[in-house]
Amino acid sequence: MIKIENLNKYFGDKHILKDINLEIGDGEVIGLIGPSGSGKSTLIRCMNFLELPSSGNVYIDGKNMAKLGKEIDKARQHIGMVFQHFHLFPHKTVLENITLAPILTGRLSKNQAEEKALELLETMDLLDKKEVYPDSLSGGQKQRIAIARSLAMDPKIMLFDEVTSALDPEMVGEVLNVMKGLASTGMTMIVVTHEMAFAKQVADRVIFMSDGEIVEVNTAVELFENPQNLRTKEFLSKVLEY
Amino acid sequence: MGVKDLNIIKLLIKYRYYYLVGIKITLVLSFLSLIIGSTLGSLLSLFKLSKYRLPKALSTIYIEVVRGTPMMVQIALVYFGSYVMIGMDISGFAAALIAVSLNSAAYVAEIIRSGIQSIDKGQTEASRSLGITQGQTMRYIILPQAVKNILPALGNEFVTLIKETSVASTIGVADLMYASKIVQSNSFQPFNPLIIVAIIYFIFTFSLSQLIGLLERRLSHND
Repeated sequence: MIKIENLNKYFGDKHILKDINLEIGDGEVIGLIGPSGSGKSTLIRCMNFLELPSSGNVYIDGKNMAKLGKEIDKARQHIGMVFQHFHLFPHKTVLENITLAPILTGRLSKNQAEEKALELLETMDLLDKKEVYPDSLSGGQKQRIAIARSLAMDPKIMLFDEVTSALDPEMVGEVLNVMKGLASTGMTMIVVTHEMAFAKQVADRVIFMSDGEIVEVNTAVELFENPQNLRTKEFLSKVLEY
Repeated sequence: MGVKDLNIIKLLIKYRYYYLVGIKITLVLSFLSLIIGSTLGSLLSLFKLSKYRLPKALSTIYIEVVRGTPMMVQIALVYFGSYVMIGMDISGFAAALIAVSLNSAAYVAEIIRSGIQSIDKGQTEASRSLGITQGQTMRYIILPQAVKNILPALGNEFVTLIKETSVASTIGVADLMYASKIVQSNSFQPFNPLIIVAIIYFIFTFSLSQLIGLLERRLSHND
């Protein structure tokens, strides 16, 4: 379970996150939507402490992330993250990209890690790419490898930070399908996205953020079909216009 | 007229002992300074990249001062300053070794720092998000990529270092440059002894840059 209490984040004197309170249950799929600059990405980056909160607390399964010290690396092993620009390791093959973390953290032996990686590549339908370097992959393939790389650590939570925003339109579907499959396995997922149809279809709850605040939280259907707040209505009317 | 009648060859044969000693001193001085300078430079780059203010400030000041003053001044400062600073005289060779090493460290530190910082921050974030520690991230993710940026610049720095050791002759170290000065005055020839050292320096630097080039190609084959 993720619990966020009175979270504030400043960059210099810019107030990016304003007093965020949020609870996310195990197995929940959360869609995080809102205009650019509204603090969505910063909020999920605070969940694995890639970004340090200026004040407030983040609890993962009851543990206060700020109090972990060196143990933060252990905590992060259970929180996968997928980025907009993939960030695959360019000097490692696809297989090495996936096996690196389980081996370095001592989670799996080299053989176990490779076995696991091959399984993941199989489900991603990318088994034939295991020996190539990331450079030769398409954006959609890169992003699926990045998801596999996170899943190799058997995370309890997966954070997705606009993972389809840098993709060519014809590749968005293949990545969303993988995420949809993952959601159906009961993975806890927080998905920052501009894909409204996806959020509506896959998310249990959708959070609308604007200007660093959580403006509205509701079930996906309710939020899209019956938005309560004026700002939510304005945003949805703009993005759903076409 | 045979090859042996050429003035330069004659000079080289006649004064070979001076040149051999010069070659030895220049090579030893270069090699030791390169090792010490690179080691200190690597440490210095860690200081510069530190998130703590004090080591960062100290290394910045050091690097800027060293890069902003001439090598000839630095070498004289070490040589003549040793008595003032530590109360004893040191040999010219020791002074040159210290000065060239300390000088090179500043440049090496900047090369390593910029090589590391040229790697996209996303690489670190992806690695840390997987639970890989900071040290492991540096070792397995950042450095292997940074080396490809660092190596060519480091090669240039080593070539510069070999050439800069010639300043040691100004405090009486019997290096190659010093040899050429002696031969100049003994043979009453101002020009040809210089041609000889220029060629020898060029052979050293050219071999080194070829070697580094080979290493670079080797590395780029690996991906």
